[in-house]
Amino acid sequence: MLEVQDLAVNYRGVVAVENISFSLAPGQIVGIIGPNGAGKSSLIKAILGLIPVQQGRVTFRSRALSRQLAQVAYIPQRAQIDWDYPITVQNVAMMARIRHTGLFRAPSRQSKVIVQNALERVGMWELRHRQIGELSGGQQQRVFLAQALAQEAELFLFDEPFVGVDKKTEAMIFEVFDQLKTEGKILLVVGHELREASREYDRFLLINKKLIANGSRSEVITPENLQQAYGDNVIFLTRNSDL
Amino acid sequence: MINLLLEPLSFEFMRNSMIIIILLGILCAVTGSYLIVQRMGLLGDVIAHAVLPGLAIAFYLGIDIFLGAFISGMFSTLVIAWIQSQSKVKVDVAMALVFSGFLALGILLITLLESRIDLHSFLFGDILGVTIADVWRTFLITLSVLIFVKIFYSHLLFYTFNRLGAQAIGLPVNWIHLGLVSAITLAIIASMQAVGVVLVVSLLVGPGITAYLLVKELHQMMGLGAIIGSLSGITGIYLSYYFNVPSGAAIVLVVTGFFLLALFFSPSQGILTRPQLIKQFPKGGFRNNL
Repeated sequence: MLEVQDLAVNYRGVVAVENISFSLAPGQIVGIIGPNGAGKSSLIKAILGLIPVQQGRVTFRSRALSRQLAQVAYIPQRAQIDWDYPITVQNVAMMARIRHTGLFRAPSRQSKVIVQNALERVGMWELRHRQIGELSGGQQQRVFLAQALAQEAELFLFDEPFVGVDKKTEAMIFEVFDQLKTEGKILLVVGHELREASREYDRFLLINKKLIANGSRSEVITPENLQQAYGDNVIFLTRNSDL
Repeated sequence: MINLLLEPLSFEFMRNSMIIIILLGILCAVTGSYLIVQRMGLLGDVIAHAVLPGLAIAFYLGIDIFLGAFISGMFSTLVIAWIQSQSKVKVDVAMALVFSGFLALGILLITLLESRIDLHSFLFGDILGVTIADVWRTFLITLSVLIFVKIFYSHLLFYTFNRLGAQAIGLPVNWIHLGLVSAITLAIIASMQAVGVVLVVSLLVGPGITAYLLVKELHQMMGLGAIIGSLSGITGIYLSYYFNVPSGAAIVLVVTGFFLLALFFSPSQGILTRPQLIKQFPKGGFRNNL
């Protein structure tokens, strides 16, 4: 169970997240949706303690999440990564094992097997010696998916994982999501566009600074809720998306 | 030919400067690689100039000037981080201001304290003036920085590649940052005497960025960078010896020469040698698509 209570974030005097509370049971894929600038990324960063929060508490399995970060896999937005960084596919995935590897040691045999399995799972093992800059956008996203898998986390936070991704990768990401869900993990996924509000998700959090709706697809994606979140743009949005 | 190379080594000052430039080539390539991958090359320049107030104060108080330089250089990075975190001022402008502010303060202090610090050698260095004590200090700094990097290599890799990710997984990012900045500051202080603060940034980022165009992993970049840096240093000193030109400038120009070679001729990324983009266009080439 992930519980978020009264979480609030101010960013240099501007309200980014306003008193958001919710709780999530294991084995769910949860979409965080809302307009641009609604504080979706800020919300997951605040959950992880990556940005200062004004107030609020985040607990996972009844203990403060900040004390069990090894249980959390976080995949940042594409734009936050320098794709020209001199690093290979395999070593990006191996980073997930850092908490399991001693300072003076090379990664264990077990870690290597886990990383190999993760890369094979997303179809990237053959390309393990490539520099990440030599990959397509979809392949790059799959490397990060492999990193998340190799971490063997309980809680997964993805910030816009579908941006710049091909259909094949999108399908593969949802496949992995489904598998993680059946293993009882919790997945929080920030969506970029409303059209991603597909049937793959079990639950949605619709936010615009504050939490507007929280529930199943039919409970959350209603004209009233969307009007409240998106304002007047909602007519345009609903007409152009296959909701 | 052999004689040309060996003759200068009969002088002790030449031997000292050769040893020190090899050490600096290694030290600067390793620490400078971290500046490069964080897109913080200018930070090297900032720290190099920001050591001056510390030098002046330490000199006045009669304490070790290297300690003064270290504290002053570290302090400048804290000021930059503080400005960044407390306002919307971006890092490049913060660095530019802190850079000139600290340098100006240093110049002022040198005058006010009637210090006998030689500004010219601070700015441009004098590698032929190094002593055996300088060699030992540089050796110890290089050794400790290499040990630090070896132990924390995967932490530093994670931190510089994906800072938020490193923080999210619970790595002590503030300590990692502090360690990294300390290592860079130490490298700069060690290089100050050899090439001077104006040129130190070239030794820090030049060999690393040259290697960056040739390899695909950070540790390879450090290794190849260390070879390029040391080789440039040695070549520069020979040039300086035989053509009677300033050693710091000679070293920097050799570094720059290597970079230009890689920029044009790197097998994978060289401007003249990389696989041609024209292949992406259908037969007939780019022009037909206009």
